Amino acid sequence: MTNKLIYLDNNATTKVDERVLEAMLPYFKEEYANPSSMYNFAKKSADAIKQARGVIKDFVNAQSEKEIIFTSCGSESANTAIRGVLNYNKTRKHIITSAVEHPCVLNLYKALEKQGYKVDYIGVNSNGELNLEELDAAINEDTALVSIMWANNETGVINPIEKISQIIKSKNKETKFFVDAVQAAGKIPIDVQAAGIDLLGISGHKFHAPKGIGALYVNSKTMITPLIIGGHQERGKRAGTENTPYIAGLAKAAELAIDGLNYEATEIKRLRDKLETGIVSRIYNARLNTGAAQRVPNTTNIGFEYIEGELILLHLSDLGICASSGSACTSGSLEPSHVLRAMNVPFTAIHGSVRWSLSRFTKEDEIDYVIEKLPGIIEKVNSISPYQKELAALKALRGE
Amino acid sequence: MWDYSEKVMDHYRNPRNVGSLENPDAVGVAGSLTCGDQLKIYLKIKDNIVTDAKFQTFGCGSAVASSSILTEMIIGKTVDEVRKITNKDIADELGGLPPEKMHCSVMGYEALEDALKNYSADGYVDLDEILDEHYGTEKKEKMVCTCFQVTENLIWDAIKQNGLKTVEEVTNYTKAGGACGKCKGAIQDIIDTYYNKQKTEIEKLTPTQWILKVNNIIETQISPELQKDGGDIELIDIKNKSIYVKLKGRCSGCKNSTMTLKNFAEKVLKDSLGTDITLIEVK
Repeated sequence: MTNKLIYLDNNATTKVDERVLEAMLPYFKEEYANPSSMYNFAKKSADAIKQARGVIKDFVNAQSEKEIIFTSCGSESANTAIRGVLNYNKTRKHIITSAVEHPCVLNLYKALEKQGYKVDYIGVNSNGELNLEELDAAINEDTALVSIMWANNETGVINPIEKISQIIKSKNKETKFFVDAVQAAGKIPIDVQAAGIDLLGISGHKFHAPKGIGALYVNSKTMITPLIIGGHQERGKRAGTENTPYIAGLAKAAELAIDGLNYEATEIKRLRDKLETGIVSRIYNARLNTGAAQRVPNTTNIGFEYIEGELILLHLSDLGICASSGSACTSGSLEPSHVLRAMNVPFTAIHGSVRWSLSRFTKEDEIDYVIEKLPGIIEKVNSISPYQKELAALKALRGE
Repeated sequence: MWDYSEKVMDHYRNPRNVGSLENPDAVGVAGSLTCGDQLKIYLKIKDNIVTDAKFQTFGCGSAVASSSILTEMIIGKTVDEVRKITNKDIADELGGLPPEKMHCSVMGYEALEDALKNYSADGYVDLDEILDEHYGTEKKEKMVCTCFQVTENLIWDAIKQNGLKTVEEVTNYTKAGGACGKCKGAIQDIIDTYYNKQKTEIEKLTPTQWILKVNNIIETQISPELQKDGGDIELIDIKNKSIYVKLKGRCSGCKNSTMTLKNFAEKVLKDSLGTDITLIEVK
């Protein structure tokens, strides 16, 4: 047992940056006024929200502050966008999404199917890249919404959002385009205007803001029916007293993320690549699940053949190393990751797949430690496997 | 994060009896790569006693722990004793498993059952032949869950050994119904059939058989629990479905005795008998 903590699960959640926490504290302590109040005391909290809206506008490059709605999380952003568009115009009943979306979106579509919507789930290739011809063919007159994630949470694979937008608009100008950018925000530049996006959701805790705050971009030409009805907040698009400290925190995190984009693209990518190469070159039954697909700089998904992921994670955890797995055992759902299945990752590797996701707090010596310790863990788990013949064959094949 | 017991953690960190045996006297297999877990168990049997056992597992922490502890449980036991081991025994020996992980203990039971089914006192065991047969018999038995290849027999055993009442419990114990969910209706039918059958069986019992059955449950399942707290329970009389008992030791005069009686003892009896009874305390 060790007290060391090596946190490589930043796609699950991230550490709150000290500077973010500092930015939030005044709105818990001194500036607790309801920003909607009329007295002078409320001015600072109202200003904080106004300023934050400006920061998020710049963060996604929206045209106007009016296009930004603060929400409680990524799931609320997605629900507000999807239900908002469909409820505003109930005549069209066709939706297109991808087979590898986050469960918060996929499960919503499953629920909508029961309400009479027809949903097409576009597939991906073995690298996790979206089948654009299939998408193109699926769009028709009745298509109300296309909903595609910017980057996948399990694999980090980036979808060509601008190209997808062009395909949609060339087929049906009325179709709205929602992008779940939860895993892209803070990792790669986001430009909703250049990419031609109608609605886009982000979540603070994936880029060093706390859990419980998100935002939704809705462009000025897109009408939505609000999900949460009540007061006039967020221009009537999302009722509920503004969460001033968290909104201030989200804005600070976005500022830091903008400043850090270059570091993401160079240094975090370098460490990720070092980890990836270190693992795949040292461990004969390791395989990179995403091939040559374009990915966000912090994520790698590696399958260990003929062994099971939860056991790998438990041994890693004993060394203080945190990662996650697409195995059935870790999810409690009995089925392995829907993303890896959609990619047709072979069953020999799917249960032993491990996702590693870095952040700006990841240190080089932590990556070195994982590269040093992992081969021993995998060797130990390999030795218990009933597939000794298959492992020996693989070793002979890759050893050459 | 799963809530694993210390014993489970000890066994997946330091698994006992890992590996295979040359010329085993019995070999059992359960699960498959597609399903996400597989267990192979190899046994050496001499003079009807298991002299050695080894395992290989593809699976999570609790699957490895279940296999590992199973080998410890069976070495030195007679074949007849080993045949009596259930998945519940494996889970109990581990100090319990999270509900969603009970299927790991069932896999241990299945592999053991498979090994002993193939065991012949005089014969040499050919692993490939057994594997062929394993997949053959799997096809022969009625498949309920096609996603995880779970047969009706296995579901029936799991209900019987663990007193499962709901489809969700059956999924936790056998994985059946955990993927597409199309077989959930079929699982409910098996549960209904099991409890209806048990009910009719109980109705057929003679008064003496009925008393013996009730007494057996009190002695094996209720009394040992009360003894742990310095109390005890004794069967006094049975009039149809009214069961009269006397609480002894610390339980007699205990303020919580009514709770013990209703929430624990009566519940155990109802669950085990599969029928409605009333437990009445005689002072």
